Amino acid sequence: MSEMKRPNPLLRNLPAKLATSPMIFIVLVVFVGSTIWTVASSFTGIKTLPIFTPQEFYDNWVGWDQYVRLWKTPRWITSITNLAIYGILFSGFAFIIGFLLAVLMDQKIRAEGVFRTIYLYPFALSFIVTGKVWAWILNPAFGLEKTVRDLGWASFSFDWLTNRDMSIYTVVIAGLWQGTGLVMALMLAGLRSIDDEIWRAARVDGIPKWRTYLQIVVPMMRPVMITIFVIVASGSVRVYDLVLALTQGGPGNSSQVPSMYIYEKLFVGALAQGTAASSMLLLATAVILIPWIVVEFGKKSRG
Amino acid sequence: MKYKYLVAGLLAATALTSAASAADLEVTHWWTSGGEAAAVAEFAKAFDATGNKWVDGAIAGSGDVARPIIISRILGGNPMGATQLNPGKDADDLIAAGLMQDLTELATAEDWANILRPKSQMDSCTLDGKVYCVPVNLHSGQWMWTNRKVYEDAGIAPPTNWAEMVAAAPALKEKGIIPLSLAEGWPIGLLTEDLIVAIAGVDTYVSVYKDRNLDLARGPEFGAVFQAIDAARQIIDPKTVVPQWNDAVALVIQGKAAANVMGDWAGGEFAVAGMVAGKDYDCLPGLGVEPVLGTGGDVFYFPKSEDPEVTKAQLALASSMVTKEVQVAFNLKKGSLPMRADVDLSAANDCMKKGLEILDQGTKVFPNNSQMLDRDSLNQINDVMKEFFSDLTITPEVAQEQFAAIIEAAPK
Repeated sequence: MSEMKRPNPLLRNLPAKLATSPMIFIVLVVFVGSTIWTVASSFTGIKTLPIFTPQEFYDNWVGWDQYVRLWKTPRWITSITNLAIYGILFSGFAFIIGFLLAVLMDQKIRAEGVFRTIYLYPFALSFIVTGKVWAWILNPAFGLEKTVRDLGWASFSFDWLTNRDMSIYTVVIAGLWQGTGLVMALMLAGLRSIDDEIWRAARVDGIPKWRTYLQIVVPMMRPVMITIFVIVASGSVRVYDLVLALTQGGPGNSSQVPSMYIYEKLFVGALAQGTAASSMLLLATAVILIPWIVVEFGKKSRG
Repeated sequence: MKYKYLVAGLLAATALTSAASAADLEVTHWWTSGGEAAAVAEFAKAFDATGNKWVDGAIAGSGDVARPIIISRILGGNPMGATQLNPGKDADDLIAAGLMQDLTELATAEDWANILRPKSQMDSCTLDGKVYCVPVNLHSGQWMWTNRKVYEDAGIAPPTNWAEMVAAAPALKEKGIIPLSLAEGWPIGLLTEDLIVAIAGVDTYVSVYKDRNLDLARGPEFGAVFQAIDAARQIIDPKTVVPQWNDAVALVIQGKAAANVMGDWAGGEFAVAGMVAGKDYDCLPGLGVEPVLGTGGDVFYFPKSEDPEVTKAQLALASSMVTKEVQVAFNLKKGSLPMRADVDLSAANDCMKKGLEILDQGTKVFPNNSQMLDRDSLNQINDVMKEFFSDLTITPEVAQEQFAAIIEAAPK
């Protein structure tokens, strides 16, 4: 047995490796390559036109200047803070509300299809439409505030959209309205995949329903939960069009998000500033993701 | 057999395209309000008459929204046939990279240098002796617009300058009228610059923006400007700030607001609403303090094309834009001043005539912000002013220092 020639590890599963080679190529060239370019150009002073040769990089090198400017810019600090607020609140509430809706939906209610459609419908709308609709609803001049006042409650005030301390929370509200339905649908699918036998066993043992959910069903749904978390978290880092349609980043710069800053700088003659900002965002994402990847996948390989 | 048909079909298709010796040109611009759309239709009409076809590529929003889209398309190798931009430094890098069509031959043949005025606009289009864009109009941003009826109904004489407008504000507020309407975004930057010009004077403005005079930017002259802006933000209720400039003008037209500070392009909105200058509304150049005129405006650039037909069509479009007929028709609808001095503007309204008078004097004319500072710095100034307007806890002194720091860091 031990004399048998060991197969070349490179040739193992050759068809599978061949089949995935286009994907590997794209990942290496498009994602990794572009990332390296972005980080490298953030140390230069380039304005409008991208550069590619080492000589050009050498000629335009400015060191950490772009990062110094970035962290001195109040708008960037606001943007990063807003992203943290939005990311935490949106992910958290989407999870909790989505799960509660899914549990309620799981109670063998009548006309489940109707409710599921209603909750999932907002997800079919683009962020631009969602943003515009909520901009009208929340506009104090003719939206919710005026309607309630016209009904007789004259002192009613709901001016979050035009209040610089609260404007980012209107983005969270609109984001939740749009995104919770999807989380609910995914959670519901997860709940339905739990074997009925487990429910019966729990009932025989006399475990109350809420404890069955919390201590048996939720741990069993771990893979689904992780998938949902990745979808929701990556969605909140990308938030851009919702803010644009809802608040335009205002009042002032109070509801700006990093992607708006990056996009603007990339194309108004401050290319390197834009790439520096996106490198910062990449770094922030990596700091959160890498420990999780190590913990999650490191465990499996140890078997 | 199949191949034969295919080849025949392809040949027929090429024959068709080359038979029509004209081209479709996609023209991008950000003229989407009522008055602007009516004006741009005049360009399209004149261009279609040359046998080519104008494909409208309007980008809703504002220059701030459109500019990144336009520049990214040209950089990304998907250029439009022609595009609006503002005169100044916005396209300098693109020209240096050889991405823009050289118009020198046409400009020399038609003698643009002598028929188009003021000289500053052609200078902005010229780089190293070559002409790359065609200026189509002259816009000044330093105007205050007031609704006479609103003031008269409130028993106040319509203001003739900025200070009177501010003084009338409390009385109007009591009556539930917005004393000064304002739009989110760049209009705040415009109001700032207008106040610099009105309060610190044209020379100080140019000295800071163009020559980067930091002593002035940090000095008492600009301190007074920031105090005036502070007074302005106190009379504006954040709930009344609207998303777009034309919404803010519409508030004045409808009589819900008394005044607005906006460029002369607002005149097009008043015209569309059927209001008469001097009777229904007043337009006060230089905010009524001193009649001055910034040489802002619009120019068209033509991204280079491999296709000679497209290049031909581009030159045809450039040529048609500066003809007398098109200049008159376009600028009357747009509310801007024509580039040519030799056109008949008897149809112009009172506001345009005021502007032409200042232009003819020549001495009260100064460069536009984009001719003095790069877009990145201008956007940073807008960011500071947006924050200053919406956050009353920022003191004028802090805002002034932030402003001066941007001027200091701006590339020469």
